[in-house]
Amino acid sequence: MNRKQFLRNSLLSAGALATTGVAKAVIDNNIDELKPLEILGFNHIPNTKSKLMANTVLHKAETRGHANHGWLKSHHTFSFANYYNPERMHFGVLRVLNDDTVESGMGFGTHPHDNMEIISIPLEGDLEHKDSMGNVATIRQGDVQVMSAGTGIYHSEYNRNKDQLVKFLQIWVFPNKRNVTPRYDQITLKSAEEKNKLVQILSPNADDDGVWIHQNAWFHMGNLEAGFQTPYTFKGGAGNGVYVFVLDGDVTVENQSLNKRDGFGIWNTDKIQIKANTNARVLLMEVPMSI
Amino acid sequence: MNPKIKVLVVGRHPEIMQTVLNLINKTEDWVAEGALSDETAIELYHQRRFDVVLIGGGVEEESEAKLRAIFTFQNPLIRIIQHYGGGSGLLFAEIKSALLKQAEGKNTLQD
Repeated sequence: MNRKQFLRNSLLSAGALATTGVAKAVIDNNIDELKPLEILGFNHIPNTKSKLMANTVLHKAETRGHANHGWLKSHHTFSFANYYNPERMHFGVLRVLNDDTVESGMGFGTHPHDNMEIISIPLEGDLEHKDSMGNVATIRQGDVQVMSAGTGIYHSEYNRNKDQLVKFLQIWVFPNKRNVTPRYDQITLKSAEEKNKLVQILSPNADDDGVWIHQNAWFHMGNLEAGFQTPYTFKGGAGNGVYVFVLDGDVTVENQSLNKRDGFGIWNTDKIQIKANTNARVLLMEVPMSI
Repeated sequence: MNPKIKVLVVGRHPEIMQTVLNLINKTEDWVAEGALSDETAIELYHQRRFDVVLIGGGVEEESEAKLRAIFTFQNPLIRIIQHYGGGSGLLFAEIKSALLKQAEGKNTLQD
């Protein structure tokens, strides 16, 4: 698949599946979990507040797919599980951006993965992880966890807190190489709370700051004070795009105003300007726009 | 009643294969069969008329190229897609996208 087609598929996929018989299929859940997920059905929401420009795409927070399973509430930026929207399949190699809230004592039972780079970023609470590689770990705010699923792994994730929700981001990136040996890593970001700096939390390089993955991708987090502005220069060259996800507050990116949990993708450029309109936290995900 | 969409899943990891098959077969109007070897995959493909082939984890590049050539030769309209993620989350979107393209008359080579 060439780059032009990949971009078209990821951003412009036209065609209403609802017109085909396929859409009529009952959609079952596809997450192995502690408690069975109830069937929520087809969830193709209109993108009334999405804006696709020549080299940008805007996903307002409220236009994301939403699933409420009681113990799990999730907002999906891109098609995931019961939420299928052909216009929102991925941003380049960024395939999943789930904004999950898990009730205390609940979680995802043991389930498999393969061929995916999986990054988890806790925003509140403690999340316990166990996997088939023998890793048992707890990640909390300020940590970043990464798994290269490669040829296949199993893992579980639970909220072990008795009286606190766990909120975390689940981010899946297509790998640049299939069938790699599975691996797990997690780090605590010493500089995560540092103000007015874009802190690198992920790169393709094992000896660079943050965790690393099998992809030409760089992630940065910024804890910005109102009025602060900073440029971000792309690390990976012209073929990369940046997806900005606002964790808190209001920011402006390249003249686009963004609010909490909005997403904004931009490509065909090598530098963007970010300004905090209030105290804000942002996550920048720079990824190749083609596989 | 429309005939069920038939999906052939090719993979190397028995547990992940079972998960993927369970997920597909729980979906009304879809039915899946799995093959853990190239030989089984080719045999099944010759016996049935599948709508979609899902190439799962662990399938070597050489095998994938061989299977794609054989499957496409027999049915130029077959949709052959790489499955990522091991079953969770992405499976339905992958299959639906493939069927959408098939409905548009595109074969795998036109991706």
